[in-house]
Order: sequence, then structure tokens, then C-alpha cells
Amino acid sequence: MREMWAIFKRELQGYFATPLAYVFIIIFLFCTGAFAFYLGGYFEREQADLKTFFDFHPWLYLFLIPAVAMRLWAEERRVGTIELLLSLPVPLWAAVLGKFLAAWVFVGIALALTFPMWLTVSYLGNPDHGVILASYIGSFLMAGGYLAIGSCLSAITRNQVIAFVVSVVVCFLFTVSGLPIVIDFFAVWAPQAVITTIASFSFLTHFDAITRGVIDLRDMLYFASLMGVWLVATAVIVDMKKAG
Amino acid sequence: MTAASNSMIAIGNLVKKFGPFTAVDGVSFSVAKGEVLGFLGPNGAGKSTTMKMVTGYLAPTEGSISVCGHKMDEETLAAQRLIGYLPEGAPAYTDMTPLEFLRFIANVRGLKGADAKAAIDRAVARTEIGGVLEQAIDTLSKGFRRRVGLAQAILHDPAVLIMDEPTDGLDPNQKYAVRKLIAEMAPEKAIIISTHILEEVDAICTRALIIDRGQIVADGTPAQLMARSRYHNAVSLIMPAAQSGGVAEILGALPGVAAVEAQPRGEDAAFTVFQPQGAEGDTRLIDEIANLAKEKGWTLRTLYREPGRLDEVFRRLTRPDTETDASGEAA
Repeated sequence: MREMWAIFKRELQGYFATPLAYVFIIIFLFCTGAFAFYLGGYFEREQADLKTFFDFHPWLYLFLIPAVAMRLWAEERRVGTIELLLSLPVPLWAAVLGKFLAAWVFVGIALALTFPMWLTVSYLGNPDHGVILASYIGSFLMAGGYLAIGSCLSAITRNQVIAFVVSVVVCFLFTVSGLPIVIDFFAVWAPQAVITTIASFSFLTHFDAITRGVIDLRDMLYFASLMGVWLVATAVIVDMKKAG
Repeated sequence: MTAASNSMIAIGNLVKKFGPFTAVDGVSFSVAKGEVLGFLGPNGAGKSTTMKMVTGYLAPTEGSISVCGHKMDEETLAAQRLIGYLPEGAPAYTDMTPLEFLRFIANVRGLKGADAKAAIDRAVARTEIGGVLEQAIDTLSKGFRRRVGLAQAILHDPAVLIMDEPTDGLDPNQKYAVRKLIAEMAPEKAIIISTHILEEVDAICTRALIIDRGQIVADGTPAQLMARSRYHNAVSLIMPAAQSGGVAEILGALPGVAAVEAQPRGEDAAFTVFQPQGAEGDTRLIDEIANLAKEKGWTLRTLYREPGRLDEVFRRLTRPDTETDASGEAA
């Protein structure tokens, strides 16, 4: 536990020691705002809610989260610090989890900084604060899902660009698996049960459910188990690389 | 190889394969407290790979690693707690300052509060990095970075210290400082270093292993390794070239001389007089040559008995096919 917090602290510090954190946060805030106002037609809807704001989160995360996750392991491997890290008396799970949590908290900070959106909508109207809070929680959970995928794919390579591109593709598949682009591919031949299963993997399906204001245990469980599986996969890959 | 009862590192038949390539091929050795073991070998011989396995960064394909009785594959963390490791190139989190970096290492190693501070102060003092503690590591010179890596390795005063090329890229003053540091710590620890610098072996190692293509080809004290040199016990002398006519023949005719080699050296001429094998500790030849020089009125610039040349042993053992090349080389 102590080792995990030490790594967590170092990683989180690491984000803010470089321009990366500031660039990421500024772009994130700019994009969330721009998308909500322009693409989403925030004002035209004349609704006091943040639906247009949250609707774009999956698509924004699709590119921004792999950019955060790509350095998690690939960077350590490239610079050689992984040799230091793995020869320190640190249990593997602590390293995997410490790194992941730092990235997750970092994204959480960026997400929290969108609070002026909430203030704006509260000023303009009388929104359902429960829905907004649920949406924030859902968005944070979804970010964790993307990060866990990115963490695993970052462990595979020392090349951050490869880690980024592969993560975007895998995250994309997870995002859209409930949409026709994926479902149609299976619909012709696969039994309904398979299609339902595939559709149930979709980030969008679960995220939409949460943004409607219903925090269902199943959606929580979905994101939790998704993170669990990908983080275990991360540990397995790091361990396999030890065996050469 | 038998592991001495007081050995702190015991390595048995270590093998590491990367796909079809065998990087380390059946390496066994042990290191006792107070020993400084030098790993010698050409690039790619398996030195770094062996160290990576000993520190638990790589898992061996076969073989056993035990650190102070803790088996690396079963009690990884217990073994790793006892090890300080300076990886090749001294990697560090370059966005941190040395102080932040050392605090992180102290934290991970479970040192808290006053203990952490004392450990950091001691490591900083020993590696003399006090002046750059607040500077980001990526702005530091190579020498300072290496010393930050060293500070990290000795932070928890480990029983076992493993350093991959600790003096690589340092200037002569820094090399001297690092060697002095290693020598100071040596009595209390078991130390393994790898190096390309042969003089380093003589300067700080109590024992050396020469590794070639994943196998140990020589194991002994620096003196024992030098005794395997063809120069061991040979007598070398340098005299003005003007006087050197016919000297080779005269030297060759002395009793107990196996061969004489001559090399011109600018204004001077150098001769090396070889004795047959087994002339251990025999000082008669050098005395005889000294007397001869007096008799003939030679001006000797130097006259000494060679302890042996490590570079020649190294070349012969690691590139057996070029043995004949070495004989023609001047020192």
C-alpha cells in the first residue's frame, strides 16, 4: 500500500512537472466547452441541463485519454526507468495501480475544472443537480475505463505513438460496440445473445444510462470490472516482459 | 562452483534466453561480504543481463538466484529490499529534482520522516550531489546524473550493491571519487560492478569474472588473472635506440629466457624478455639483466618485472581466434 501511494504521488507530480498537464487541461476544457456550445447547440436547446456537454465526453476521451495513458509504461520502458521501478521492492499490483490511479486522478482534476459549466447552467436555469452529479460520476468512471485500456496497451510497447494509436482503435471499438457500425457486422450471422453481449460492452450504452440520472449498480459494475480486467492484463503483460 | 557459507549472493547455473538467442548460458558464482566482484566482458557478453536477473528485473530462463538466503523467484520483495541497484546509464525520472527523486526512493523503500532524511543526507554527502539537489535531473551533466543514480542505489545502505558501469562517462576526478566511495563501502557489503575499464578491476575489485558469449571464461583475483598473461613475470626494459644494436641477441642468450621481443619507441627501444612458464616469483632474470646492463654500460630508462597485462588476458579469453595478433602489439 505504501509503495502504491509513493508511486501514485510521483506519477501525479510528474504530470504537473511538465507542460503536459497544462496543455491537456486547457485543451480538455476548451474542447468540452466548444463541443457543448457549438456542436451540441447548448443554447438552441433552451434546456437547463448539461446533456450536450456530457454527450461529447466519450468522443473527447477517445483521443485525449490515450494521450494521457500512452506514457504510463511506454515512457518508462523507453527511458529505462522501468528497470529501476521493477527492481525496487514494489509488488507489481502496486506499480500498476499507483500509475493508473495517478492518471485517473489527473483526468478527474481536468473533469472537475469544467465546473463553470455547472455554474453557468445553474445561473441560467434550474437544472436537475442529481442528474448532473450522476453524469459527472459516469464520465469519471468512463474515463477510468479508457485509461485502463490505455495502460494495458502502453505496457506492450516502448513506442508511445504505437501505444496511442492502438489505444484509440481499441477504445473506439469499446465506445461504439452498441452502435450499428459494429452491431450490423454481427447481426447477419450471430445469434441474438452474442449481439446483446457485444452491445452491452459499449461505453455509450452504459454512459447514456448514467447520464439520464440513474446510477444503476450494473453500469457501475460494468466500468469497475472493465478497469479490473484491463489492469490485470497490464500486470500480466509487464510480468511477461520480465520473462523476456 | 561452491558457494561459501558466508556468501551473500549465490547464483547457480543461470540461463537467459531471448527467443533463439542465449544471452546468459550457465553462469554460476557467489559473492561474499567484503568482496567487490568485477564483471568483465565485451559488449553483449551477458554482463548486464546477468545483473538484471540478479536484481529481479528480468526472470531467468533457468537457474537460481539467492540474496542473503532469499530466493529471488520466491521471495522477490525480501531479496530486492537488500539490493541497491544502479542500472546501466543510471536512468532516473528526469522531470524530478534529485531531492524529489531520492525522497521517492526513500518512500518506496519504507523510510519515513527522520530516517528518510538521514538516509538522503548520507547518500547526498557520499555522492557529493549537495549542490544540485534542487535542479531538474534532465538539466544535470552526465557525471551528476550518474551520481544521482548512485545515491539512489546506496540510499537504504543495502547489504548488496549492484552497479552496471558505475564510472562510465565520468571524468577522471569523478571516476576516482566513485572508486573511493566503492572502496569505502566494500568491507560491509557484497558488491558487483561491471566495467569495460580494465584498470578499474585492478583498482577496486577483489575478484573478477570475465564473461564471453554468456559464459564465464575466467574467475579469479586480479593478480590471478594477470598471472594468465603471457607477460606475467616477463622483464621489460627501455634503453636509447642508439645502444640497442645486438641487445636482443645478448638477452636471448641469457639462461632461462624463452623469447625476446623488441619494439622501437621513438628515440628509445623497448625489449620484453619472456621466461618459460612456471617462473613464479623468480627474480633472478631481472637481477641478471641489471648486472648485464652495468657490465655493458647500457643506459636503462626503465627496467621492471611485468605483473601481467589484463588487456591481453581479456583479449585472448574473449576473442580466442585473435591470439596471435596480440603478440605483435606494443604495450
